[in-house]
Amino acid sequence: MKTNMETGTNLPTSSPPKSTIGILGWLKQNLFNNWYNSILTILSVLVLYFALKGTLTWVFTTAQWDIVADNFRLFMVGQFPVEEIWRIWLALSLVSLLFGLSAGIWRGTNLHLSVVLMGIYLIHILASFTSVNTKMWLGINIAILVVSFFTGPRIPKHKVVTILGWFLAFPITIFLVNGFGVLPEVSTNLWGGLLLTLLISIIAIVFAFPIGILLALGRTSKLPIIRYFCIFFIEFVRGIPLITVLFMAMLLLPLFLPEGIEINNVLRVMVACTLFTSAYMAENVRGGLQSIPNGQYEAAKAIGLNPIQSMTFIIMPQALRAVIPAIVGQSISMFKDTSLVAIVGLADILGIAQAVKSNPDYLGRIMEAYLFVALAYWVIAYSMSYASRRLEKQLGVGER
Amino acid sequence: MSQAKVKENDNKEIINCNNVNKWFGHHHVLKDVSLTVKKGEVLVILGPSGSGKSTFIRTINGLEEIQRGEITIDGISLSHDVKDIEAIRKETGMVFQQFNLFPHMTILKNITLAPIWVRKKPKADAEKTALELLERVGIPEQAHKYPGQLSGGQQQRVAIARALAMQPELMLFDEPTSALDPEMIKEVLDVMKELANSGMTMLVVTHEMGFAREVADRIVLFDEGEIIEQGTPEELFDNPKHERTKLFLSQIL
Ligand SMILES: Nc1ncnc2c1ncn2[C@@H]1O[C@H](COP(=O)(O)OP(=O)(O)OP(=O)(O)O)[C@@H](O)[C@H]1O
Ligand SMILES: [Mg+2]
Repeated sequence: MKTNMETGTNLPTSSPPKSTIGILGWLKQNLFNNWYNSILTILSVLVLYFALKGTLTWVFTTAQWDIVADNFRLFMVGQFPVEEIWRIWLALSLVSLLFGLSAGIWRGTNLHLSVVLMGIYLIHILASFTSVNTKMWLGINIAILVVSFFTGPRIPKHKVVTILGWFLAFPITIFLVNGFGVLPEVSTNLWGGLLLTLLISIIAIVFAFPIGILLALGRTSKLPIIRYFCIFFIEFVRGIPLITVLFMAMLLLPLFLPEGIEINNVLRVMVACTLFTSAYMAENVRGGLQSIPNGQYEAAKAIGLNPIQSMTFIIMPQALRAVIPAIVGQSISMFKDTSLVAIVGLADILGIAQAVKSNPDYLGRIMEAYLFVALAYWVIAYSMSYASRRLEKQLGVGER
Repeated sequence: MSQAKVKENDNKEIINCNNVNKWFGHHHVLKDVSLTVKKGEVLVILGPSGSGKSTFIRTINGLEEIQRGEITIDGISLSHDVKDIEAIRKETGMVFQQFNLFPHMTILKNITLAPIWVRKKPKADAEKTALELLERVGIPEQAHKYPGQLSGGQQQRVAIARALAMQPELMLFDEPTSALDPEMIKEVLDVMKELANSGMTMLVVTHEMGFAREVADRIVLFDEGEIIEQGTPEELFDNPKHERTKLFLSQIL
């Protein structure tokens, strides 16, 4: 043993031995290490081959993508008036700016997401169907991304500014999209496409989160009225499908409201989605709260913190950290579930797909439209789950 | 030496428990416990498992409610009033068997949190005190680590520093070394000895007989929720009066 170490290689002892098995070795070790794994490997490769071959041939030869190309604006923003679209571009530019800044300052996940965003912009610049105007705005956005990436770290107080920016981005976007009389008002029934999908899901997620925390705390409250109200709300909402909540919001709500008061459809759907998600968020948060050992509460009390301080500094941060995966999962699922609003008549991205497929010009090209919609959902949902996985790692979830 | 210390403090009472009773459901855990502790005294509480030692010291900072009797800490009567309980907790530090550090905060944050938010100390002051305390418990270089990166003994010393940061009048220890590997017990006991010598009033539940003999001014023996005997270490260890004390001592010594 000793002689081995003395006479052995002069590699630094701290580095592990390099793997020397090579590609063939890896294949043998992982895919063909015994007869049934070998059979499974061969079967999987065959299935993959035929599935991919069929799909890819269809995508590149048979499919006619003009249904997407011709209606691209509809898919993105619905009926939003053309002369006001600059407002959406402006909102997007703000998002690009913030992504660029974040990527420059924190790198990591922010950088990866910014690269994806840049890729999406580039693809659309190169695509034949986008207008000159669109290409110009996309170019501006790319420039913003790059410039803010490089200048971000040099701005004084860059972290505070960027975080503040993210918080303000949301109200600013809503203001830009709606106008609220300062800019010409764009009525909500003109909102559509991916824009509407994103607005509904962001509103639902952003508001459901604090409401969910309150519901979770209310559920553990010592006051019976609050506790029972929260339990009733959470269990009621969790017991019914989203689509019924949406129908209730669309059909029942007007019956309860006094004559003359009208809440527009989009707002109703937003409220419905928010309340729906908040019940699930509440359960996630409660799970996190239950995972905190009693010793943490006692230590907080023993050093003299009052219940609010103990919740804010000790319990909630740990509880939320423990359930980030569940919360992001819930957010992704809300984002995808917004597709149900098409059924109650809103023109979200799926609603647009359904609307254009009934145009006789595009007869028999439903597949293309749906595939495009699916791709859009996937890119966004996957980015979210990717970001959350990285966040978990950074925060060291599971390590105590 | 400890005799002199008590005199110095003018025999002022800091804890006064009078006929304290506590039930868990129908289980009578504390039965008419009466005890007074003077300022600067170091009290070690012994007793078999389940005899109510933890429950008793947890009533002193209001972690357990009592159903009958009264407890007065430093002139404040421990009632159901939240204000009183919070006032007493400000004066009372507690160290747990499982350390109970806050895993999501650095050591420095763990120690400064309460001084900043409860005592309203300026952050810089609180951090300065925290670093001095870390020096005192022998781990000044760990300030910016997280609890998970420290050994058990180091974590327990941080827990002591965290309690001391509130400048308490009184420190409660509930089996502070029971969760530690043998080689780490000494480093924690040494910190506690130093604390005792500095004149801190301490209530210590422990199975460390060496510590009890060496440091305690008085030993209190619990059995089945009652104090069955108390006295100086010499009286209790060398000349126990009660049968149950003899039995208990024969089992552990
Ligand atoms: N939260 C609780 N609910 C119900 N019973 C409890 C609770 N905590 C303690 N008890 C019971 O009260 C009695 C006293 O417990 P306590 O923890 O005070 O004993 P102890 O003397 O500290 O024992 P040990 O040396 O094992 O720590 C035990 O019988 C225990 O089972
Ligand atoms: Mg105990």
